[in-house]
Amino acid sequence: MKMSFVLIEAWNGVRRNISMVVSVILVTLVSLTFVGSAALLQLQIGNMKSYWYDKAQVAVYLCTQYSTLGACDQQEASADQIAAVQAQLDSDTLTPYIDKWYFESHDDAYTNFTKQFKGSPVVDLVTPDLLPQTFWVNLRDPTQADLVFEALGGMSGVESVIDQRSYLDGIFSMLNTASLTAVSLAVLMLVAAALLIATTIRLSAFSRRRELAIMRLVGASNWFIQTPFIVEGVVAATIGSVLACGAIAGIVVFFVDGYLASALPTTSFITLADVWIVFPGLLLAGAVLAASSAYVAISRYLRV
Amino acid sequence: MIRFDGVSKVYKSGNRPALHDATLEVKPGEFVFLVGASGSGKSSFLRLILREERLSTGLIHVLGQDLGRLSNRKVPSYRRNLGVVFQDFRLLPTKTVFDNVAFALRVLGQSEAYIYDAVPEVLGLVGLGNKENRLPHELSGGEQQRVAIARAVVNKPAILLADEPTGNLDPATSAGIMDVLRNINAAGTTVLMATHDTAIVNDMKRRVVELRDGRIVRDEAGGQYQTRANPIFVDDSFPTRADSQPIAIEPIDFDPIPAFDPMTPTSEAVDLSYLNRPEEDPL
Repeated sequence: MKMSFVLIEAWNGVRRNISMVVSVILVTLVSLTFVGSAALLQLQIGNMKSYWYDKAQVAVYLCTQYSTLGACDQQEASADQIAAVQAQLDSDTLTPYIDKWYFESHDDAYTNFTKQFKGSPVVDLVTPDLLPQTFWVNLRDPTQADLVFEALGGMSGVESVIDQRSYLDGIFSMLNTASLTAVSLAVLMLVAAALLIATTIRLSAFSRRRELAIMRLVGASNWFIQTPFIVEGVVAATIGSVLACGAIAGIVVFFVDGYLASALPTTSFITLADVWIVFPGLLLAGAVLAASSAYVAISRYLRV
Repeated sequence: MIRFDGVSKVYKSGNRPALHDATLEVKPGEFVFLVGASGSGKSSFLRLILREERLSTGLIHVLGQDLGRLSNRKVPSYRRNLGVVFQDFRLLPTKTVFDNVAFALRVLGQSEAYIYDAVPEVLGLVGLGNKENRLPHELSGGEQQRVAIARAVVNKPAILLADEPTGNLDPATSAGIMDVLRNINAAGTTVLMATHDTAIVNDMKRRVVELRDGRIVRDEAGGQYQTRANPIFVDDSFPTRADSQPIAIEPIDFDPIPAFDPMTPTSEAVDLSYLNRPEEDPL
């Protein structure tokens, strides 16, 4: 009986200032969609990292007759130098960290290059001797590329040692910035949502001030007086959170899996199955935000 | 039942205390009138008992509770022992008579079965047995006050506080309300009533406590509203001449607009010819 009274009071509150409740729903929807999008970006970054980092190799470029970098002096790496690098890769110090490696000759490099840049005018300008011979190294743990730098970086005949992951870091830092931006916007929107919920609850309390005065007079417990208002705020915010979850699901299904996945077929994208985990968080965030701001608002209103 | 020991109440903005060193004891089952001019501290007295205000100094014990040490959290359960009636009834306009009275029980979590038992009973007690389904605006002032009394006592409080309950009612209706309060008191409820109503106090011949400027100046069993030695200025809704301060009016610097007086010629040539109705009006 107590609970039904609380729910009826909360429903009356929602009905009486429906426009404010709608605005609470919308603000919660927008802010939690931003929060959810930031979470999606983070999930996507994690997804891409595990996909690309596994594929990323360390390239040990050898000197060509044109290179001036590193230990090169416009001298093609000699067979002895190549053998020395190979011996290093097979040495006991490095083998525990190396998954596998292979050697790419000038001709292999040229074949790969023409395949990769097929149709581009640059293919006509390149000759096999321009492309360095390369040792491609797959590490067991991609984060330990420094070992290869140290072991091979200074060797004669080696032009440079490049970790392919450094190319990816640029992309990831861009995505990280985007998700930070989304989070900052979300924080602003959440502040607005909290204030709006507080205002709505105060309005609701004001429109029920006669009932509140009598409740206090006859000795209704604070819990009993406050709960309908908190329920009212939580109901409004939860509707907003559910809609935000819907929006996130829509983004994933229609934009990411529908558009992006077909536009960029080589990249792996998150699917709806990956983002389920975000939804309980959003619902909880909406409910906690609403409950706490409604509680603060109604407590301050009742303190007189 | 109610004991005040040297109680003072000073409001933050007030320059003089609303209640000053008040000491008083009310025994169970008593009927006490609080009389005095507006601003004499009657309402503060009731609000302190209701714990709407915290006392500044002194001790208040009500029903064995030390109100100075009663935490905010315990105020609701304390108030369930008190019933309150106001001059302006404070009914919920959208609820019926029954629901208004039931509201006091519903918010305390009483079962519907109990409510359907208790509300008709108390409405019968105040003489509204046949008006359960009316809305407040369909009732007369006296009937509305009876609803408010029913709501105050439906929870069977030990003490009933009434702040000028007949203030908005005519003498005949007031007498009816007093009958109800007398019955409630006869059933064992302690009644504390602040009032301006001379006839009622003189009629009831109960204990009278008179307040003046926050002090208890008279406490008399079977007393009258006022004594010859202690006349109470009744019509105090307007400030007395002694209270009012002369208002200093700053001279304001502005171009005076000449007062228009058609009977005296003005220095400026004002064409007043339109005021005259010429003999040969062209229209």
